[in-house]
Amino acid sequence: MSRQLQARRTAWLEFTQLAADHRAVNLGQGFPDFSPPTFIQEALREALSGGYQMHQYTRVFGHPPLVRILAKFFGRIVGREIDPFEDVLVTAGAYQALFCAFQALIEEGDEVILVEPFFDCYQPMVELAGGKTVHVSLRPSQKVEGSGVPSSGDWVLSPEELASKFNPRTKAIVINTPNNPLGKVYKTEELQVIADLCVRHDVLCISDEVYEWLTYDGNKHVKIASLPGMWERTVTIGSAGKTFSATGWKLGWAISSVHNMKNLKIIHLGSVYQCPTATQEAVARGFEREYELFGTPESYFQQLPAMLHQKREKLASCLGAAGLQPVMPEGGYFMIADISSVKVDLSDQSTEDEPKDFTFVKWLTKEKGLATMPVSTFYSPEHRREFSQYVRFCFVKEDSTLNAAEDILRKWSQTQ
Amino acid sequence: MTSRHTHTKRIEGLDKNVWVAFTSLAADPSVVNLGQGFPDIPPPSYVKEALAQAASVDKMNQYTRGFGHPSLVKALSQVYGKVYERQIDPLKEILVTVGGYGSLFSTMQGLVEDGDEVIIIEPFFDCYVPMVRMAGAKPVLIPLRLKSGKKTVTSADWFLDPDELSSKFSSKTKAIIINTPTILSGRDELQMIADLCIKHDTLCFTTLPGMWDRTITISSAGKTFSVTGWKLGWSIGPEHLMRHLQTVMQNTIYTCPTPLQEAVAQGLQHNFELMGQPECYFSSLAEELEGKRDRMAAFLQEAGMPPVIPEGGYFMLVDVTPLNQDLSHMVQDEAYDYKFVKWMIKEKKLAAIPVTAFVGEESKKQFEKYIRLCFIKVNAKKLPVANQRKHTALPKVLG
Repeated sequence: MSRQLQARRTAWLEFTQLAADHRAVNLGQGFPDFSPPTFIQEALREALSGGYQMHQYTRVFGHPPLVRILAKFFGRIVGREIDPFEDVLVTAGAYQALFCAFQALIEEGDEVILVEPFFDCYQPMVELAGGKTVHVSLRPSQKVEGSGVPSSGDWVLSPEELASKFNPRTKAIVINTPNNPLGKVYKTEELQVIADLCVRHDVLCISDEVYEWLTYDGNKHVKIASLPGMWERTVTIGSAGKTFSATGWKLGWAISSVHNMKNLKIIHLGSVYQCPTATQEAVARGFEREYELFGTPESYFQQLPAMLHQKREKLASCLGAAGLQPVMPEGGYFMIADISSVKVDLSDQSTEDEPKDFTFVKWLTKEKGLATMPVSTFYSPEHRREFSQYVRFCFVKEDSTLNAAEDILRKWSQTQ
Repeated sequence: MTSRHTHTKRIEGLDKNVWVAFTSLAADPSVVNLGQGFPDIPPPSYVKEALAQAASVDKMNQYTRGFGHPSLVKALSQVYGKVYERQIDPLKEILVTVGGYGSLFSTMQGLVEDGDEVIIIEPFFDCYVPMVRMAGAKPVLIPLRLKSGKKTVTSADWFLDPDELSSKFSSKTKAIIINTPTILSGRDELQMIADLCIKHDTLCFTTLPGMWDRTITISSAGKTFSVTGWKLGWSIGPEHLMRHLQTVMQNTIYTCPTPLQEAVAQGLQHNFELMGQPECYFSSLAEELEGKRDRMAAFLQEAGMPPVIPEGGYFMLVDVTPLNQDLSHMVQDEAYDYKFVKWMIKEKKLAAIPVTAFVGEESKKQFEKYIRLCFIKVNAKKLPVANQRKHTALPKVLG
């Protein structure tokens, strides 16, 4: 397998190393630098002091308390009975759920539609499964002058362009909502367009919803699996790491109807076999708590987005002052900003053929001590040039980190 | 519903799994479970504490280095550096994975191509065959054979026929998988395998002097520290092979849980300092298990069922032929040992694992009178009860 694949994500490794070397304020990689909520840490502590079973193998497809609460929790949201043992698979992070989905469902020669910008692992995973990727881009729709800060909601798919990507070889489409890196939260009407095409062409949908609780400005996360005709053809993927701000726990899940899930389970059996017991127990307890508190102010799923809402606003205004043009995200961990109007001459910095955003990210890290990610890495090679004027910032950080970023941006804007 | 969305070719025929089949049967609390290989004794307390402590540090709850948490790969390079008597580069020659299982998977996916052949010795840990097939390769099986005419059989009495083994190597052979300790652990045999690997330029998933460049060694925190539920393992090997495993990791799981890795790092560090001394868990566990092994072997012998006394690991094979249990009422098309274990769980409330789960079709007849028992279990309750249960089967044989 790996012979065909170059070591992917060298961009990530390179930029992470650069950030470390320059001790940059790191708004690059997507993980919180604050602690997970107390109740989840407590849950793990309790699990660890449970009986010997907490340190030994549990059920292969998911620890029973966890699959039961996931089925109950998400069943309530989508309005259907989800079978914990047939319809749910617990995986080593959402990442492994994606891997299982592609390996189980994509055959040599199948086409898979990826909506750009996309979390970069989808591409190699499709290729690994022998599939061929077909890309369709979200594009900022024309805005009226002076109508305020651009929003991720302005980035839309052209229904005609999307429809043109479907053909008899199309096996699946991958969507990510809320989206990384853009922050777009797909509206019901937009998902309906996708759903209609999936039903008409008998295509599967892999829906990466790891940031599902992080929506702002009253935007609502909608699950495409809940639309008519979609449950049987959608694999919905979630993440405990993003849900409970504990990315290092590496637990996720895939939920779909049994005839899809039985195939994902086989891949899981042949690759990882099962996930750690104690962390599954803790996540189960976390969800049980949230099930009871759902929709109330005490729910972490309300508190976290509320906290991040402010951080997002603050970062956007600092970026604006420094000459970048942020795109306000409706959801997720990230914000992208247009660097076209930034007053800095990078012509001597760039290595030949390097996209503009790569050069800018390196410069920003080295010269200003602020680390970010170039957005063109989230595009296919064909479209990379078209979208190389954006960089991505993660705002899911402690105030001290964001304050340090703010200082840097303020000083920079004063020199302009 | 749509009819065209069936499974992909790569998982064709891989839906049967012995663990999924038997774990639920054995989960009944009234059943004494000597089947699946996990301890029911607690792990060392410093290991549990290390995890509780790690989880209370903010950073330890977030992503760490993809190929392995720095403190863990460092501890691994120290421990194994000592074992192999060579410098091991923690960043280039080690990969941390989701259990030993994840290492097997990364190795298979990273190094084995479509059309390759992989030699597997029977009996084998059951996942080797589906993993080889999922990588598009062909498993080539060779059974261990029992030297005849022994009263007390140990695992050393099982051997690989050198000519037979040599005949399994072909121009398509990419690798051979060895699992040791288990049934196979004699040095001469490992040397014979090594010689064949070198002759045929084959990768070998074990390690011996002179084999470093062609071997991936796989190990498990779960088995090392009696924490199978932590699902952490690692592969160690030369950079030119390890980088393919690392690429697989990047594209499948990306990284392993941080707090678990930190805790294992501490456990290894702790024992590294004690290596060679009796307090070292690597020695003390083996000693504890030797006692349990001897007890189990003794009562099996008393019950008239010859055990294969293992030189290593925590399983024992038992020949159930002397019981002469009539299972003709069980009509499923299954090997004798599958039926025997199901019968034993139901009638005797004792769970084991059928050994034909660990062999290919052609060798089923050779192994179908064997069941596998796990003895890394608490002294007090399990073994005597299991003993009693076996005894009740005896009257049928004798009377």
